[in-house]
Amino acid sequence: MDQNLYRKRIWTNRIGISLSMLAMVLGLFVLLWILSVLFINGFKALDFNMFFHSTPAPGTEGGGLANAIVGSLMLVGFATLVSTPIGILAGIYLAEYGDTSKTAEVSRFMTDIMLSAPSIVLGLFVYAILVAQVKHFSGWAGTIALSLIAIPVVIRTTENMLRLVPGSLREAAFALGAPRWKVATMVTLRAAKAGVLTGVLLALARISGETAPLLFTALNNQFFSLDMNGPMSNLPVVIFQFALSPYDNWVRLAWGGALLITMTVLVLNILARVFFREKVSS
Amino acid sequence: MNTSTTGSGTLDQQGLDGAKQLGAFMETDSGMLDQQRLNIGKKQRFQDFIFHKVTLSFSLIVLVSLIGIIASLAVVAWPALQKFGIEFIWRVEWDIINEEFGAAIAIFGTLASATIAILIAMPLSFGIALFLTETCPTWLRRPLGTAVELLAAVPSIIYGMFGLFVFAPLFAEYGQPALQSTLGQMPLIGPLFGGAMNGIGILAAGLILAFMILPFIAAVMRDVFEIVPPILRESAYGVGCTTWEVVRHIVLPYTQQGVIGGVMLGLGRALGETMAVTFVIGNSQRISASLFSPGSSIASTLANEFGEADDFHLSTLFALGLLLFVITFFVLAFAKILIIRTERAKGLKT
Repeated sequence: MDQNLYRKRIWTNRIGISLSMLAMVLGLFVLLWILSVLFINGFKALDFNMFFHSTPAPGTEGGGLANAIVGSLMLVGFATLVSTPIGILAGIYLAEYGDTSKTAEVSRFMTDIMLSAPSIVLGLFVYAILVAQVKHFSGWAGTIALSLIAIPVVIRTTENMLRLVPGSLREAAFALGAPRWKVATMVTLRAAKAGVLTGVLLALARISGETAPLLFTALNNQFFSLDMNGPMSNLPVVIFQFALSPYDNWVRLAWGGALLITMTVLVLNILARVFFREKVSS
Repeated sequence: MNTSTTGSGTLDQQGLDGAKQLGAFMETDSGMLDQQRLNIGKKQRFQDFIFHKVTLSFSLIVLVSLIGIIASLAVVAWPALQKFGIEFIWRVEWDIINEEFGAAIAIFGTLASATIAILIAMPLSFGIALFLTETCPTWLRRPLGTAVELLAAVPSIIYGMFGLFVFAPLFAEYGQPALQSTLGQMPLIGPLFGGAMNGIGILAAGLILAFMILPFIAAVMRDVFEIVPPILRESAYGVGCTTWEVVRHIVLPYTQQGVIGGVMLGLGRALGETMAVTFVIGNSQRISASLFSPGSSIASTLANEFGEADDFHLSTLFALGLLLFVITFFVLAFAKILIIRTERAKGLKT
């Protein structure tokens, strides 16, 4: 009787643990599967022409992704320039003044929700307030949509990193008579520099692959353009249109573009982790 | 001596008083010293005031944009909302030519694919979190954790392409026939697995979504599992519990709310996901009994039809978007509250 119970418990345990390992293996398998498919198809498409030619017209041979690559870099670059200062200042408020104020609590909660809010709705929002008003799609509209996605990421990491700075550092600065803004910007922010950079990199990674909000804002441009006031070509939207097209060379370019953005995103993520680890170990 | 809690205003005041006494005592340039100190103190207090207000206003940007989103969507969606009223939600109609619209088809597709995704992702991410916190050797923890987080970093459009070009053909050839010959023969749920097998459809979208949201749920579960006080866990092991029993009877009950919160967070992601779903759901405005058949979700309808939409059709699409935002808002808010409560129990409010 006791022996049976014992055996049953052992076996339940073994089955449970094996299933959990199986789940882990399945997760890793899917990651490797996706990456290998991407590398095999992406490298087939990768050549020098891809970086020097613009997207081809329907039915024509060849072509590349030059306009989309430059467009993506501009959109993501401007969005980072906009969202970094906003995110860091808001993060400072939440970390330095946020413990006592009700406003900070509400703002923190809403930031967490915006972190996971559907990005396509942000595209609709920017379309309604900007594109529909000036009556044309534009790179600036895309930049605003991407910034709205990036800001919550920067806010949350900045706040968390500032909170890791020991209170004694702040107190030492206060004791020397430093005003609050100097303590926040020259002591705590400087101590949390690497962590804040992690947040910026994570935000960059997040917006590099975003497609849905750009559909309604930057749209796409078949030609090479540096004009942020007009429609702007960008990798994700090009991938979306080309992958669903009937032309073979378009689908091939879509895989090449997919490889490019995935590599960018993964490298940014790994960089962010390296910076964060340095920060924690130092 | 008071430090950060009282704020620098008091500190400056104290320093100033001290300086005054000192000046009076030394009787050298005391007027000058006073005036300088006073000016510096005033200047710094003013700078602090500005700094406080500026950072405060930036932290309100997210809140303002959230209100702005709801307001602007509602304004553009107003003609459609006015015409169809609350009925919009359960009208099963999507006729672009006659301008007769209802959200039921898209809502059904959204909920069905998200439900499938949750049903698959929940046990899998529980298994991963259990493995990472209980059985995994320490040196493997970080690389495996990173791998799972990289799965979350892969852009959703990649999941879409993978689903359409690689997963769907395999699913049509092996997965769907297997499902039809087993689950499809069962009495009650049989019809769910009937019909044409071409790989894409609501079930395929749910499967792709499952692997997209899996890392988010697993990360939350791992984090809340780790806040269980070691003393509880060790006591259970001490009286002879197996690993499974510790997780089942100690860890899970302790972190219950956080686990549900993690699942809801995944649900919120799944509901609003656009690209992965658009590629594989099939994009047809119909409701069918079979999960093999193509459908559409709110987000996929927006992505597909936005380009060709004119005035009233556009207004309807905005109404769909508003609906999606409101649904995900409540799901995410609920998730967040549950997670915060779990972390507070540990005193680890973030």
